[in-house]
Amino acid sequence: MNLNDIKQLKDIFVTFFKIGLFTFGGGYAMIPLIEKEIVEKKKWVEREEITDILAISQSIPGAIAINSATFIGFKTSGSKGALAATLGVILPSFFIISIIAAFFSKFGNNHILKSIFSGIRPAVVALIFFAVYKVGKTSIKDKTGLIVSIIGLVLIIAFNIHVILVIIGGAVFGLVVYKFWPGKVNEILGKEDKNNDIS
Amino acid sequence: MIYLNLLFSFIKIGLFSFGGGYAMIPLIQKEIEMHGWISSSEFVDIIAIAEMTPGPIAVNSATFVGYKTAGLFGSMVATIGVALPSLILILAVSGFFFKIQKKPINIMIFYGLRPIITSLIAAAGVFVAETAIFKKDVSIEAFNYLFNKPANFFDLGSIFILFASLVALVKYKIHPILTIAGAGVAGIVIYSFIPLV
Repeated sequence: MNLNDIKQLKDIFVTFFKIGLFTFGGGYAMIPLIEKEIVEKKKWVEREEITDILAISQSIPGAIAINSATFIGFKTSGSKGALAATLGVILPSFFIISIIAAFFSKFGNNHILKSIFSGIRPAVVALIFFAVYKVGKTSIKDKTGLIVSIIGLVLIIAFNIHVILVIIGGAVFGLVVYKFWPGKVNEILGKEDKNNDIS
Repeated sequence: MIYLNLLFSFIKIGLFSFGGGYAMIPLIQKEIEMHGWISSSEFVDIIAIAEMTPGPIAVNSATFVGYKTAGLFGSMVATIGVALPSLILILAVSGFFFKIQKKPINIMIFYGLRPIITSLIAAAGVFVAETAIFKKDVSIEAFNYLFNKPANFFDLGSIFILFASLVALVKYKIHPILTIAGAGVAGIVIYSFIPLV
């Protein structure tokens, strides 16, 4: 392993440490941070790829935050990168929780901390809706996509359908289009080629 | 022995929970009850703290349960256990993923899949909003209530912070970390100094 590799691994570790330290309220609130740090600053992945990474992270078991960190780490520097990213996203939690568990078991009763958390919660909602806007812009290409997205949302919220089934439904819809709607396939593949030409 | 039990329990939890941290909570509870590691009231505290502290909820609760059960080494083992399945599965899947991505059939699968990911994130936003913004569960009964006394139904402070955060993120492109920090400060001001109720 040469010096550049080590520098890159350290970079991955530090970036995900930062993300782990400031992620409140689960994996999705992490998306705007990933956009800022990993897409804009470091340019490790393309904005479009974030959606695919989330798709994989949701479809396999485990925490979304760990899954997506591991995936991005792997994409950036192979298995060593995956390990660096996983450690980075986990360690802040590990330190903070170990300290709380050891010294402040009644942590949850502190009035000021409760106020801080009450303030952070709505900001987490804002972060998640910001992620919807950002991810939606790259993942919904046409009216059909918008309709699929709305149906998915209704199935999850109103009918309590398990997310895995909804994800499979989306993939099956894609397959059905591939088999029975050649016009659409040409349109989508044409767009994909154009994207490749530009990049 | 206790360490091995912790390790295997949390590997199992990491391996069988789909849909992120919140989906893990019932699984963790089942394992804890089976082994009699901690009391159920202690578990409720742990979940509250896991939600309040930064980091993935899955990792937070694993670390906490591990510590309460078997000290620092216990928390280490539990955390490794909950992350290990993700690490191995992603390593197995991603190499494969980057190879197959460019085939037309896969492009079309992702054409159907990507909009669904947007709906998943939106659904998560709605679920978090329910606990963050509304004082009560959303129900038809509550809608009657809404027109009479909106202040009893919505938490006005939360709504203010939600919109201020959105403006900061979208319009002024404030860094998410700064937005979170600002919301924390706003929380202290609104909930500790101005009694809104």
